[in-house]
Amino acid sequence: MNKHVSPRLNRRAFVIGTAAVGAGLAIGLDIPFGGPAVVRAADGSPEIGAWVVVRPDDTVVIRIARSEMGQGSLTGLAQLVAEELECDWTKVTTEYPTPGQSVARKRVWGDFSTGGSRGIRSSQDYVRKGGATARVMLIQAAADGWKVPASECAAANSVITHTPSGKTTTYGKVAEAAAKLTPPSDVKLKDPKDWKLIGKGVKRLDTVDKTTGAMIYGADVKLPGMLNAAIKDCPVFGGKLKSFDEAKIAGMKGVKKVVKVGDTAVAVVADTWWHAKTALEALPIVWDEGDNAKVSSESIAKWLAEGLDDKQPAYVGNKNGDAKAAIAGAAKKVEAVYSYPYQNHATMEPMNATALYTADRCEVWCGTQNGEAAFAAVLEASGLPAEKCDVHKVMPGGGFGRRGQTDYVRQAVLIAKEMPGTPIKLLWSREEDMAHGRYHPITQCKMTGAFDANNNLVALHYRLSGQSILFSLRPEALQNGMDPAAFQGVAQSGEAAFGYSVPNLLVEHAMRNPHVPPGFWRGVNVNHNAIYMECFMDELAQAAGQDPLEFRRKLMGNHPKHLAVLNAVAEKIGWTTPAPQGVYRGIAQVMGYGSYVAGAAEISVTDGSKIKVHRIVASTDPGYVVNPAQVERQIAGSFVYGLSALFYGGCTVKGGKIEQTNFDTYNSMRINEMPKVESVMVPSGGFWGGVGEPTIGVAAPAVLNAYFAATGKRIRSVPLRDQNITFA
Amino acid sequence: MANLTINGKTFTLDVEPDTPLLWAIRENAGLTGTKYGCGIAQCGACTVHIDGVAMRSCGVSVSEAAAKKITTIEGLASGDSLHKVQEAWIAQDVPQCGYCQSGMIMAVAALLSEKPKPTDADIDEAITNICRCGTFAQVREAIHTIASA
Repeated sequence: MNKHVSPRLNRRAFVIGTAAVGAGLAIGLDIPFGGPAVVRAADGSPEIGAWVVVRPDDTVVIRIARSEMGQGSLTGLAQLVAEELECDWTKVTTEYPTPGQSVARKRVWGDFSTGGSRGIRSSQDYVRKGGATARVMLIQAAADGWKVPASECAAANSVITHTPSGKTTTYGKVAEAAAKLTPPSDVKLKDPKDWKLIGKGVKRLDTVDKTTGAMIYGADVKLPGMLNAAIKDCPVFGGKLKSFDEAKIAGMKGVKKVVKVGDTAVAVVADTWWHAKTALEALPIVWDEGDNAKVSSESIAKWLAEGLDDKQPAYVGNKNGDAKAAIAGAAKKVEAVYSYPYQNHATMEPMNATALYTADRCEVWCGTQNGEAAFAAVLEASGLPAEKCDVHKVMPGGGFGRRGQTDYVRQAVLIAKEMPGTPIKLLWSREEDMAHGRYHPITQCKMTGAFDANNNLVALHYRLSGQSILFSLRPEALQNGMDPAAFQGVAQSGEAAFGYSVPNLLVEHAMRNPHVPPGFWRGVNVNHNAIYMECFMDELAQAAGQDPLEFRRKLMGNHPKHLAVLNAVAEKIGWTTPAPQGVYRGIAQVMGYGSYVAGAAEISVTDGSKIKVHRIVASTDPGYVVNPAQVERQIAGSFVYGLSALFYGGCTVKGGKIEQTNFDTYNSMRINEMPKVESVMVPSGGFWGGVGEPTIGVAAPAVLNAYFAATGKRIRSVPLRDQNITFA
Repeated sequence: MANLTINGKTFTLDVEPDTPLLWAIRENAGLTGTKYGCGIAQCGACTVHIDGVAMRSCGVSVSEAAAKKITTIEGLASGDSLHKVQEAWIAQDVPQCGYCQSGMIMAVAALLSEKPKPTDADIDEAITNICRCGTFAQVREAIHTIASA
């Protein structure tokens, strides 16, 4: 159970199934007599298979289907292709195929979805084959030209050598001939021990423009004749737009049009976004808030707390033995209730999309984590067929799961549809972004542990109550009503498996879905499950009178990979040696996204409420490390994101709306609060795990466990600001 | 109408005097390297130099900025030579998504012009920009690299 959940969107399947198959949009197609078609890139250079274009000057263009959003996958994926291609890395550049092109070519580039830490791990096999296929074709073309067997030729650094004669040529010179060859049906990939580029911390391919202001993010898109839109959606989720008084803003500078967007939102279109936003704020709007306006954080907490009661129905996600009986007959038992709040992604760049709609075409420019889902949203909102639509991906200013959703794309198209022929850039204000997130789901958890007379843990009951993401976003992925992803980190097996052996175990989820829309927020359900489990592990260790590390180790004999990363951080932080005076340590481990991770923190606490984080050590085993420099940044970034949520985050509900409006009420860590993260990579090979998300699971519990070590006080709810605990 | 001197060039812009400088730069002058993050001077993504001082341009009106020397990320380089902060950012591979980095670079450039060899405490005090990706360790390293050059 708890297999990786990746159901297809029905509507996407529809798109793919009905799309016209033929030449791509910016891609030309030669059909020579007697040979396979040569597909050309926009500049006329030939494709050597779908993943690689070689230009006459030896530049290699690598196609990337997944989205770069800062996590470095663009560079990592290019490394995977280039490793097998044996090309000159200094001449590598990348480009995104569009979803429209992909659909037109029977999804030749596979899945565009960039979430669930899948960028590398779910495409590594076929992109490496894409590189290897191109290499074989280029070598064959050179061999044909020399009239020698291809087996006598080898390629390195974009140069092909005929070994017996010493003759050489380059990829650029044989590309035209290679493109006319039939691609080999099966290519052999390198043994990992022969990798030269995979495993190297090469520089990112997209840095320079990010230092000069030249990088174009969605909010920076400019099209001729473009107008700008600002939007307000009903702040109570599920509420509707009742009316607005357009006349009140009719004379305001720059205003071109006021547009009702669906049943719930209104947008002002103006010459500049500042004019649009200023007019929108002056626009009298009446909302039909509906019954959800009665919901508050208090009412949600009460409802979730009821779900912790054993008599309420729940889905069982992991089980062995008879936990309830073992707890009833135990020598000693420990019980605790934890909770974790809603969190907003708060990407630095608020949601935005630019749409151009005409009667027979609709195109969108936007940052998205899933080009195909954005494409499906364009089709749905425009009402046009696949061959008349496309999405042009631009750099997103952060994603963290938020830009896997397409609400903002749909809105942009609906507005543009009201002004055919005029490109419309829709940009959300920060306040709109805070009010209409797709929030990390809210949960509570009651845990009961039981010991025998010798302080051995004999039973654990883990009862989660709260929101399911899949219920809201992918109901087709539920299994007889159960959300298998709810058990990330505490599952029986699979890519987010529990790392402890407890003779009697019961892990269950009482699903309760408040009206606040949930979403995939970096780390997703690993976040709260790891906090609950790893903090409670510390509580159990304390109850047993044992060291938190030793207590865990005894339960991890059957989980060597979980144990290995835990041992790695323990060693690096010096767990068995005393910490500096006044400094206290905490430790945590979890598995998520196919990778094993652990973290340890050293903190000091002043007056019980001012925390200084001195050191963070983090270990990860993702199977293979493609680019250690980028993996290191993902590990560190996971701590910044996770600790920001722990200290400053938490979205509360009042009158059915989210109360936090901007970074003044939903703060984020700054440089003075964040120590350098010391990362320890222990890739054990043989599997491919993700790195963007798993580490976030250990960030908060490592610090919370250290806080207990320092103060003797358990923190069982987030954020710390609610308890007047902050950074020193 | 307002006259603004941005990156050594005078722009005559059709803009109301109370418009935040950020939007005049982005929409009227067309320089989109300066980013919108919060609009309330919290995040620092819109940081520019006004008479050499790092300022959050969303909190400065066009009328306040008139007659002053404004430098944006696009004006930081001298011709083809990147500013030493930009060079260090490339050398250390600092940006992740990069959206906050224009503001981050402008804040660091201002710090270094005031204190060429900042201590960690100086960095902690002066660099208050939000980075949701979490590039802080690389930012700090890059500053120290410049300072020790």
